[in-house]
Amino acid sequence: MASINKNPVVKKPAMTARVLVMVATRKGAWFFHSDAARKTWRADGPHFLGHIINHLVLDPRDGKTLLAAAKTGHLGPTIFRSTNLGRTWKEATRPPAFAAATDGKTGRAVDHTFWLTPGHASEPNVWYAGTSPQGLFRSEDGGVSWVPFSSINEDAQYRKWMGSVQDGTPDGPKMHSIIVDPRDAAHLYFAMSGGGVHETVDGGRIFTPLLKGLSVVEGFDPANAAFHDPHCVRICPSNPDRLYQQNHCGIYRLDRPSDTWLRIGKKMPKRVGDIGFPMVVHPRDADTAWVFPMDGTSVWPRTSPDGKPAIYATRNAGKTWQRLAAGLPETQAWWTVKRQAMTADARDPVGLYFGTTSGELWMSHDEGNKWTCIAQHLPEIYGVEAAVLA
Amino acid sequence: MKVLMPSALHSYTADSKVEASGATLAAVLADLERLYPGIRFRMIDEQERIRPHIRFFVNGEQARDLSQPLRATDELIIVQALSGG
Repeated sequence: MASINKNPVVKKPAMTARVLVMVATRKGAWFFHSDAARKTWRADGPHFLGHIINHLVLDPRDGKTLLAAAKTGHLGPTIFRSTNLGRTWKEATRPPAFAAATDGKTGRAVDHTFWLTPGHASEPNVWYAGTSPQGLFRSEDGGVSWVPFSSINEDAQYRKWMGSVQDGTPDGPKMHSIIVDPRDAAHLYFAMSGGGVHETVDGGRIFTPLLKGLSVVEGFDPANAAFHDPHCVRICPSNPDRLYQQNHCGIYRLDRPSDTWLRIGKKMPKRVGDIGFPMVVHPRDADTAWVFPMDGTSVWPRTSPDGKPAIYATRNAGKTWQRLAAGLPETQAWWTVKRQAMTADARDPVGLYFGTTSGELWMSHDEGNKWTCIAQHLPEIYGVEAAVLA
Repeated sequence: MKVLMPSALHSYTADSKVEASGATLAAVLADLERLYPGIRFRMIDEQERIRPHIRFFVNGEQARDLSQPLRATDELIIVQALSGG
């Protein structure tokens, strides 16, 4: 476990600060610019029409560098980079790619970059990327060139846990939820679907599984990381010793230095369950988190339970949950929200945002109490990120 | 030689027809990479495999091997095999 320093103070942005919402879809990317009140939104897009954009992320360290993880149905994967909020884009000179195979072995090829994470504040040009099939990559030049990070991409044990392309999600196995401890650049987490949650405290020299307390599908061995399917893991900015996780098998919280996850989803209503993809944490209150439950029964429809979408919030670290659905359709809305497609801004009160696979973008000005639709008729939404602009 | 590019790669070449040189398919792709940086990786993966939805045709015949010899008078057509929706 990394040395524990004082928890960071996460400042509130100005009450009039404008928000940029970045929407990654199966057919391109869109930006939505707010006014000061976050009431009206200006759409900017499409960018990369026809490209599959899995993640679109603004660097919080400089407030201007954007990276987009892209591919098309025909071409190989790449990363596009903008330093002017998307007015112009330039392609990475060396996108994430696995090492070439040696000794006649069959090597892996990156199908797409799935997840992008800016590095630690002390390493201003460092970014991390997670790919499908699972691979961990790092850039030290702001996303222009990428190299494999750590030894896990070729490590025999990790390759077993990663499994084959048949062992992941329908769109392929994913490396995601790459997390940098804001107190320590050498302390990282990542998650794999499938393959579990993993941690390093030495800058990636050694990664170890972090699986205690997590359930797996009945009949499988929870000691084997290959059987774990963390859908989304988040660290609390105001208390980086606390992580929340939406897993294939429930909602969890972890308070370090403990290494045992607590299933806080057992406090969710039984008729709703605690299955879903996204996990969102409050920027300044580590006791507050939000989830978007989906139906995980029978053949796993992964749609809003009973066709009645709702966000659930906890204000006490998972002891209780509150249903938040005002403004959302009351019935016959069979929504799916993917793991990157729900997020929060840093304003006070916090703005929440989510995008559906049916192409609707929704937001709440008041931490989930009331919801309004920002956009309809977008392509299938894969990712939603929000940034408060300077 | 003349190389006919698929529309998906016009963002690199800005034209459907370009000129490139090389004694093999691999050499022509290297020349295209020199002319249009980044273009090769969109067609060939890091294990030197032709990507699943990319096809190469030399004078109308499909070329499946990057070592296939080419002549300056050959015509190379790069095709994006239709997929998805």
